[in-house]
Amino acid sequence: MEAFLQQVLTGLSTGGIYASVALAVVMIYKATHHVNFAQGEMAMFSTYIAWQLMAWGLPYWGAFFLTIAISFVGGVVIERTIIRPFERQDAVLAVVTVFIGILLVLNSLAGWIWEYTIKVFPSPFPAGAVFGGLVSGHQLGLLGVTLAMLLLVYVFFRYTPLGLAMRAAAENPESSRLVGIRVSRMLALGWGLAGAIGAVAGMMVAPIVFLEPNMMLSILIYGFAGALLGGIDNPWGAVTGGFAVGVLENLMGAYVVGTDLKLTVALAVIVGVLLIKPSGLFGRTVVKRV
Amino acid sequence: MSALLEAFDVHAYYGSTHVLHGVSFAIAPGGITALLGANGAGKTTTLRALCGMVDTRGDIRFDGRPIGRRGTEDIVRCGIAHVPEGRGTFSGLTVEENLRLGAYTRKDKARVAEDLERVFGYFPRLYERRRQQAGTLSGGEQQMLAIARALMMRPRLLLLDEPSFGLAPLVVDVIFGILRTINREQQVAMLLVEQNAARALDIADHAYLLETGRVVMSGTAGAIRSDESIRRSYLGY
Repeated sequence: MEAFLQQVLTGLSTGGIYASVALAVVMIYKATHHVNFAQGEMAMFSTYIAWQLMAWGLPYWGAFFLTIAISFVGGVVIERTIIRPFERQDAVLAVVTVFIGILLVLNSLAGWIWEYTIKVFPSPFPAGAVFGGLVSGHQLGLLGVTLAMLLLVYVFFRYTPLGLAMRAAAENPESSRLVGIRVSRMLALGWGLAGAIGAVAGMMVAPIVFLEPNMMLSILIYGFAGALLGGIDNPWGAVTGGFAVGVLENLMGAYVVGTDLKLTVALAVIVGVLLIKPSGLFGRTVVKRV
Repeated sequence: MSALLEAFDVHAYYGSTHVLHGVSFAIAPGGITALLGANGAGKTTTLRALCGMVDTRGDIRFDGRPIGRRGTEDIVRCGIAHVPEGRGTFSGLTVEENLRLGAYTRKDKARVAEDLERVFGYFPRLYERRRQQAGTLSGGEQQMLAIARALMMRPRLLLLDEPSFGLAPLVVDVIFGILRTINREQQVAMLLVEQNAARALDIADHAYLLETGRVVMSGTAGAIRSDESIRRSYLGY
């Protein structure tokens, strides 16, 4: 029983990583109605920027917030320069191809600038174990940061006029223009926010998985699984889904399929959700009467 | 009295297809103008041209200022609200969120709250359903929501694209009754596109008749209604 509990707790703490990535994915989906495959690499690149800032002598929190700001601007710049030419086309395939292009470019660029050797990334939280050794201080901190981020995102989308305008712009660009919303600006803002959230996720993940250009690859797949499981348009669902996938992955790995086949669990979740309940566990099915 | 909106020699294009061939008309402040014509005459395109939603050439002036070259967002910010074909409600958002979006560009918070009360007064149904997803509303309720959202902008000109489309006659009565009330109480000028010419002429004071992208006839609503030959050849009733 104790071993089982241990597995669940470990699952919850890795689930926190997936939850934060899932949250970033859902953010950009809500703001742009695109699923951004380059989200993981954007987060990885941001983490390298934080590492570089600290290597230049900035204290942790200084680097943390400066990185968030840089990543926000970076997200906006990517949208303005690379995504915007495709904004007016309805070609889903073209956009997906562009996402994969960004993914490959950022991955190679990071390797080229900072090399492929693994780097240690510091955690701002105390190193020791808490709760009788069940979880580490960093895991608890990661959980807190993810929940705080979720709360901010929720309040922003639910209660601010700007958040409402972003949701409107994603849902119906033409009607949004008719009420005076500058739609293209909203898309850029969505990318900026996703960049910033991704940066936080990256900096929280890096102390656990170590910093290297491929650190987000499998995490992004688990994050997608979490986002889909919870509902791609629901931030709460995405976070819950992220934790659920973490626990499921760990339990399946320990008792059923073994560690080598863990990633298959994520893929099985993705396929299963799409087949049985495409809107996810907590996703809203948009009802349309005609 | 000078016109609120003047369109002179307006051409519009969908890609290489030339749809409006030099349409000219004027809308008086506070009046209701009807734009009539058969399917494909260019009524919807005329409304879209006014809001910069199609490729447009020609001179369009609102309050004497040219608006022809501006983007949709900037044109509506001048005080032109457009209730589009198909209603254009945000179906995934709640009724109240839809209405708040109508007031998105306004800074006068207190007056926005008053206006929300006012539109709920016009459309009590929307008040009952304010927490509901707009997509779950019936066709008539969605049309009410679209009009209410446009009113939340406090426009000086309301463009209405077939508000009777797909609705039961009783519901159309309600909606046209409210439009008349709004026009009288708030002095909002309206440009009304309708297939249902009889209804439109009932509430309009001026009318233009479009045929294949050109204005073929204009006059007071009364004159057009009573002209037997126009009625038979263009309006079909």
